[in-house]
Amino acid sequence: MWNAIRQNRIKSAILIIVMGMLLLVLGAVIGGSITGARDGILGGLFLAGLVWFFLTVIAVLEGKNILLSLSGAREVSHDDAPQFYNIVEEMRIAAALPATPKVFIVESRAPNAFAVGTPGNAAVAVTTGLLSILSRDELQGVVAHEIGHIKNQDSRFMTIAGIMLGVIVIVADVYTRSMFYGGMGQRRSSSSGRDGGGNQLQIILFVVAIVLAILAPILANLLYLACSRSREYLADASSAVFTRYPEGLASALEKISRSTVPLESATRVTAPMYIINPLNKACGNEAFSLFSTHPPTEERIRILRGMASGAGFNDYNNAYGKVKGGTVINGSDLRSAEELELRGIKRSEPVDRVTQTRDANDILLRASKFSFIDCACGLRIKVPPMFAAKSVKCPRCGELHQL
Amino acid sequence: MMAMGAVGLVAVILIGGLLVLGLWFLMTYNVLVGLRNQVKNAWAQIDVQLKRRHDLIPNIVETVKGYAKHERETFDAVVKARSAAVQASGVAAQAKAEGELSGVLSRLMAVAEAYPELKANQNFLSLQEELSSTENKIAFSRQAYNDQVMMYNTKIQMVPSNIVAGFGGFTAMDLFELKEQAQREAPSVKF
Repeated sequence: MWNAIRQNRIKSAILIIVMGMLLLVLGAVIGGSITGARDGILGGLFLAGLVWFFLTVIAVLEGKNILLSLSGAREVSHDDAPQFYNIVEEMRIAAALPATPKVFIVESRAPNAFAVGTPGNAAVAVTTGLLSILSRDELQGVVAHEIGHIKNQDSRFMTIAGIMLGVIVIVADVYTRSMFYGGMGQRRSSSSGRDGGGNQLQIILFVVAIVLAILAPILANLLYLACSRSREYLADASSAVFTRYPEGLASALEKISRSTVPLESATRVTAPMYIINPLNKACGNEAFSLFSTHPPTEERIRILRGMASGAGFNDYNNAYGKVKGGTVINGSDLRSAEELELRGIKRSEPVDRVTQTRDANDILLRASKFSFIDCACGLRIKVPPMFAAKSVKCPRCGELHQL
Repeated sequence: MMAMGAVGLVAVILIGGLLVLGLWFLMTYNVLVGLRNQVKNAWAQIDVQLKRRHDLIPNIVETVKGYAKHERETFDAVVKARSAAVQASGVAAQAKAEGELSGVLSRLMAVAEAYPELKANQNFLSLQEELSSTENKIAFSRQAYNDQVMMYNTKIQMVPSNIVAGFGGFTAMDLFELKEQAQREAPSVKF
């Protein structure tokens, strides 16, 4: 695991540098094409450098909160969601994290989960849709996968990369749009006072700028996605190590992939954070390509179920080799991996979707400070926090309850 | 003159070698201290969960008593096992006492299964979830602790670092073996 974390740090640094270069080149070329002189190039370079600096600072300091609010996640306490909170705490102990991640819930029928932050300051989020379809063991597998991401520092990588990619996309977008709508006039007027040489350079730069503005987002995206996929495998392996029960995650992935509800708040940039790609849902079939943020779910399930001999990293690697060929976990991690025994299959209560859906929504109500009254007739009355009256009548049996 | 130069060279190499050795010694010592502290840390985690379980038990016993007044034997066994576990100290002794407590507790929960009004009681259900989660946490912190102990024990036994371990007085630490007593004693539910 330590090798993976170190590799992650190296990859983060390389990614930031390459994306930064891309951003700088984009800025320089755009600047040059607008003004047609050397100080245009320098100006573009400087501006791009400034944006890059700001981005990195923001991404490192606030990236977690930005991504959380982008997804519409709400924090819940132990009293709001005791079972889910307990599961997060259990996995935190199994992964030996220095602090318990904050617990969030996203209101959506689409089942999905994500994690952000660094081991000392992290957050785990699931949707109400996920809580309504999974058993305790399956939920534990999903949470373990997310905490695996946190432990392997994937979240920091994804946070920084996601925001960088977003800005490259925006800069390229703004430039191509402004060129499309009003660039022509600008160019002619700025070049009217120049000699022929400057004009030529400007035209060249202009062409290069357009090409880059189209290619840069694609390049950045490919970089981002290639790294994203191998991290998913490592997080799956970590989940098995923490829970000693890969079947939990495997059956959870099965249930999640069967759902076709799309996750409204997910975008191209935030998609890699989730446990299963939240886009492509409406089509049902997952088209796998270089542009996929995640490996195919079916493959992930087969690898997890192929871990017959133990729950350690070498067992995951062997199963991976059987399904895909090759290895996904590297040398030094394997050498230090011990023989970890699989936990036996525990008999668990069957999942009652109706009850669980209701319970999941109740969690959000509790987080919004609703109060619950259990009437004798069996109805649970949910009173909003702003309710002013002194008593409430039960809608089913009419009994009056004092508040 | 040449002889002086050669002696000087040898002296430099020797001193350099001693310095490198000394540095390696220091670094390995620090690594061992770090590993030992992580073991202690991991033990503290288990301790927290064990204590939490001790604190939950009186509440659970009272709730079950409210519905299952005649299970005197089971209640007494739980209370006895709990105070034995609270008083035990040291990894091996605590492991034994906590194992016995686990066994008795699962008997109590098996008894509770026979009373449907108890199973519908919200208070009991949330206590049951807390107990179940605490047991899971004990299991996971035990996992993490044993992993740390393995790393530490291996390091003090492996060849270059065992020298430093000997000098520094680093001794092997015990694994926390929680034997599942529950499997040996079948719960007896009296009707």
